Amino acid sequence: MKQLILLIIVSFIMLPLMTVAADDGYGYPIQGSYEATIIGTPAQLMPEFPVTIRTRQLVLEINPDRKRPPIFFYDEGLRCTFAYQDKKAPLVFLIAGAGSGDRSVKLMTMMKAFYMAGYHVITVPSPSHANFIISASRSSVPGDLTEDAADLYRVMESAWKQVAGEIEVSSFNLSGYSLGGTQAAFVAKLDEERKAFNFRKVLLINPAVSLYSSATRIEDLMTQIPGGPKKQGVFFNSMLSKFSQYYRYGNFVAINDEFLYSIYAEKLFSREETAGLIGLTYRINLAGMIFASDVMTNSGYVVPKNRILKTTDSIFDYFLVSSHLSFIDYFNEYLFPYFQKQRPGLTKQQYINSLSLRSIEGYLASSAKIAVMTNENDFILTREDLAYLRQLFGGRAMIYPRGGHLGNLEFKENLAYMVAFFGEQK
Amino acid sequence: MNGMRFRGSVVALLLALVLGGCATTNSGTLTEVPAMHSINEFKDQRFADVSDPWEGFNRNMYQFNYYFDKYLFIPVVTGYEFVTPGFVQKRISGIYNNLGEVRNFTNSLFQLKGTESVTTLGRFVTNSTIGLAGMFDPATSFGLERHDQDFGKTLGYWGAGSGHYLVLPVFGPSSLRDAGGLAVDSAIYYGIYTAVDPFGSTGNSLAIDAGISVLGGIDTRHQQSFRYYESGYPFEYYLVRFIYHEKREIEINPQVPTKE
Repeated sequence: MKQLILLIIVSFIMLPLMTVAADDGYGYPIQGSYEATIIGTPAQLMPEFPVTIRTRQLVLEINPDRKRPPIFFYDEGLRCTFAYQDKKAPLVFLIAGAGSGDRSVKLMTMMKAFYMAGYHVITVPSPSHANFIISASRSSVPGDLTEDAADLYRVMESAWKQVAGEIEVSSFNLSGYSLGGTQAAFVAKLDEERKAFNFRKVLLINPAVSLYSSATRIEDLMTQIPGGPKKQGVFFNSMLSKFSQYYRYGNFVAINDEFLYSIYAEKLFSREETAGLIGLTYRINLAGMIFASDVMTNSGYVVPKNRILKTTDSIFDYFLVSSHLSFIDYFNEYLFPYFQKQRPGLTKQQYINSLSLRSIEGYLASSAKIAVMTNENDFILTREDLAYLRQLFGGRAMIYPRGGHLGNLEFKENLAYMVAFFGEQK
Repeated sequence: MNGMRFRGSVVALLLALVLGGCATTNSGTLTEVPAMHSINEFKDQRFADVSDPWEGFNRNMYQFNYYFDKYLFIPVVTGYEFVTPGFVQKRISGIYNNLGEVRNFTNSLFQLKGTESVTTLGRFVTNSTIGLAGMFDPATSFGLERHDQDFGKTLGYWGAGSGHYLVLPVFGPSSLRDAGGLAVDSAIYYGIYTAVDPFGSTGNSLAIDAGISVLGGIDTRHQQSFRYYESGYPFEYYLVRFIYHEKREIEINPQVPTKE
């Protein structure tokens, strides 16, 4: 239910959309980067999957001594979703994107695609998701790629341990999208030392090259709204009233596909507003990470230090405060100081550099099993980032002409490519 | 007058009892230190906010529903889904959804929506007959669209505000107005049901009626994919509250003076 973030934005994914495909042999229809990101893949361009497949949820106790504060009473361990075949098969771990849990819509689609192709699948929440921060992270401070990768690795080992008796596995594989894509690269590198899995193949989907730079680009979306990011409340309220006015005078039956389609077709929101809505969704998402981390570490960042929140306490003001903070604020005031304390002499620039694929480029360039898949117009990448990915991965880079950030992830052709990548014989 | 005031103070007392539990401060030994960021530094409008003075009570109910789901409702629904073939599940949902047209119909009448009432009546008649008591939905393919209505929407249509947000046990997110609406809809439904008394001649009508209600409850939950706290998002309560409230407000679509 992570996708609960703004019904208004997320429901766009179901749009029954008809747009003429561009003449470049690629069937994904949505041209604009922002539009693709919001709308995603129209339902009829997704593959057809059975409604239910054989899955169960794993609840992993990663840190047995951990005490969970009362406000997180419902968190009983790290949740991963496990889909299993009844015969020997390769297993693929899938890491969610920033702020997403093990059942995010995109992960579920990928899981089904792999499952139908004969794979066992285990989905893992993002280290920036509250569930991971509360139950799996050792520091409960998300954002450090090396430490997050180590936490992810422990989670994968623990998940594997739990299911090893039930299934037969022929090989281990790894993929992740967005932030999860970047993390997959670091996890793959760690696996070269630890060798618990000896991943056969690894695919990074729409990864950030540099965390800091991508976060900056997402935050920039918010600068396009009137008054800038500090006026996001005003922006939110005015977008909402635009939305409801449109419904009110449009003679619609319900907030359904037809209504949402017409919002797109009539271009209710301008390009700047669309950008602002993406930025705002990201902020609302990030707020959960900031709050969860702050409560777990008792750092006094948005919640007064030493305050113990009870299950009935109102935390709405913390929602407003946290969602007004950018990733850059989080980085400067929280993440970097935390790691600087542990590594004296660490400069900000050094730390920024460490949160990038560039810091492990030697490994990525030489490792034939790792490939990347992204889009020409993914707005989290700069032109240089894209050129860098092309140069670093060479023939192992698959770059689609459009799709924005993850908009085409559920498109038939993209899913077929993902599955085929892991299917290739060496 | 006195009666009113008395009732008011009883409500106040109850609220104080419910809310009092969360007002007590932490009695731990460590003193609190103000946070680096607080609400006062942001000069911005509040957003995604909904009137919720009974938040303490509501969050308790939210938590109650979570446990109710976890230990009773969802296991029962899962059991039902396990033993019943998918095809049968869909037919059962169809039957209950068709019965729901009675509520849609009465309320579109209450809102004096002529065309909509006729459409809904047409749906009910079509699906009850050709659709085999609602097991199938030929009406939609004939172009008769479903219009979901309830008494909460009727009240809203005639200008009643939503009132404060209210989380009901088992039923979940609601508002003062919608909770009242739910009571009225249920009363009308059971009024009609008792008048028709479809199983009166079987001699076992009490048990059959109870079975119908229980299956209806299971089917309703079966049709909803929402699970409390499943998102893991720390502010889930607020997003659910906002989406519930806003979707209702938008869909109620009260009589608006046409803009010139």
